[in-house]
Amino acid sequence: MWYARAGEMMMDDFMLRALAAGLGLSLISGPLGVFVVWQRMAYFGDTLAHSALLGIALGLLFDLNLQLSVLLLAAFVAIALLVLQQRSHLASDTLLGLLAHGTLAIGLVAISFQDDVRIDLLAYLFGDILAVGTADVWWIWAGALSGLLLLALIWRPLLNLCVHADLAAVDGINPAAVKLIFMLLVALVIAAAMKIVGVLLITALLIIPAATAHRFSRGPEQMALIATLIGALAVAGGLFASLLLDTPAGPSIVATAALLFLLGQIRPAA
Amino acid sequence: MTTETLLRGEGLGVTLRERQLLRQVDFKLKPRQILTVIGPNGAGKTTLVRLALGLLKPTAGRISRAPGLRIGYMPQRLSLPDSMPLPVGRFLTLGGGDHAAVLRNATETGITQLLDQPMQGLSGGETQRVLLARALMRDPHLLMLDEPVQGIDINGQGEFYRLIVRLRDERDCAVMMVSHDLHLVMAATDEVLCINQHVCCSGHPDMVTRHPAYLDLFGEIDAETLAVYTHHHDHRHDLDGHVVRPGGGNDDG
Repeated sequence: MWYARAGEMMMDDFMLRALAAGLGLSLISGPLGVFVVWQRMAYFGDTLAHSALLGIALGLLFDLNLQLSVLLLAAFVAIALLVLQQRSHLASDTLLGLLAHGTLAIGLVAISFQDDVRIDLLAYLFGDILAVGTADVWWIWAGALSGLLLLALIWRPLLNLCVHADLAAVDGINPAAVKLIFMLLVALVIAAAMKIVGVLLITALLIIPAATAHRFSRGPEQMALIATLIGALAVAGGLFASLLLDTPAGPSIVATAALLFLLGQIRPAA
Repeated sequence: MTTETLLRGEGLGVTLRERQLLRQVDFKLKPRQILTVIGPNGAGKTTLVRLALGLLKPTAGRISRAPGLRIGYMPQRLSLPDSMPLPVGRFLTLGGGDHAAVLRNATETGITQLLDQPMQGLSGGETQRVLLARALMRDPHLLMLDEPVQGIDINGQGEFYRLIVRLRDERDCAVMMVSHDLHLVMAATDEVLCINQHVCCSGHPDMVTRHPAYLDLFGEIDAETLAVYTHHHDHRHDLDGHVVRPGGGNDDG
């Protein structure tokens, strides 16, 4: 029977590791995702994700931990964006396009130079749960929990910033500092999510659960909580489907999230 | 606040990208004083508000605030993301303050029945009241109101002005208000500052009752809350905003 087979697979170590890592990830991607949706920053998330490939290339070149090098490069891109936004008269989406595709192209070129390293590009683009080791699980949980703590600290200023930037500034909030911390948190999520959903689909994990939660929420905190639960459900359901149907993990998780969004549209709003 | 002056601007000028938005603006705000800033579109009213709030640094002159001055700011409009579920009560606590403060300020502004409503569904007049309640949450020494009655009909305006005067009396706060109407200002206004990049004139408004034409227009009740401001300009502005003195000649002073 199919469920007996599924039960067997659930016992596999790599499956448990992937599940643990994915649930840790949804802990931070849910609350952060609602802010990405509110601030219309989906393209920003995509830009950081695109830059991840260059992070991988540099990590291989300098023999660094790949997640760390992805995090550092994403943080660099986020700061570069803030600086460009202040110095340039170009629109934000133009700057984002420049950074996204510039870093992606340089990343691909840099990887092609490294003949001695065999890289499975697809694994980075779409995730590879088989590559999730025990150490990864710990790192993801540590990253998610410290990210969550940081987000809790800037929660109210960040919320104020989404509502009205001037009002927030009059209340004594430093918009630039709060925005920078938020961008670094998105960079953290992208580094953490790379092995599970892959860089191409990371933004989906931020925005789809948040978009699904919107109809069922009456307050900002409630929306963040519901988005987290929906994200966790998508991770668990997607990993399960991936094993059962032998499909790639990242796309399966995102497809599950999209399916949950569709189901949410059918049910009456809260 | 024990200081004599809450807020003082001296020779304020703002030049952004080689465009002069304000020049040589002086103003002063004392405790409990109500100052109304008027001027045509593009005159720099909002720039002056941003200077007063400390959101913008003057490129000339200086602005000084009384130490520890708390300003309650009511912005012109709110552009909330539609995707953010935000009940009015939660919006009020965003700048700090407990449930008791929410209740007190909501009662004062007459919005207690709206506390559970989503922000996005409010009417224009309701939004203005909620924004005023939010400004009150900080227990301010100074209320900074940027076009508080825009989108409210003339009856609603009278009611809103009465509310502001009551708040000034009960809470001893000063009020600095930007108004879009060049001739009718709040009756309780102590001083009117008419600006068009620079201060064109300033003074005290007259009671509407002294102007029968306005009285016919609005009727006794609303006329109580409004005052007529008579401008006494010694110059006018050409289309580029340059000062034109009577008798010819352009100058920028």
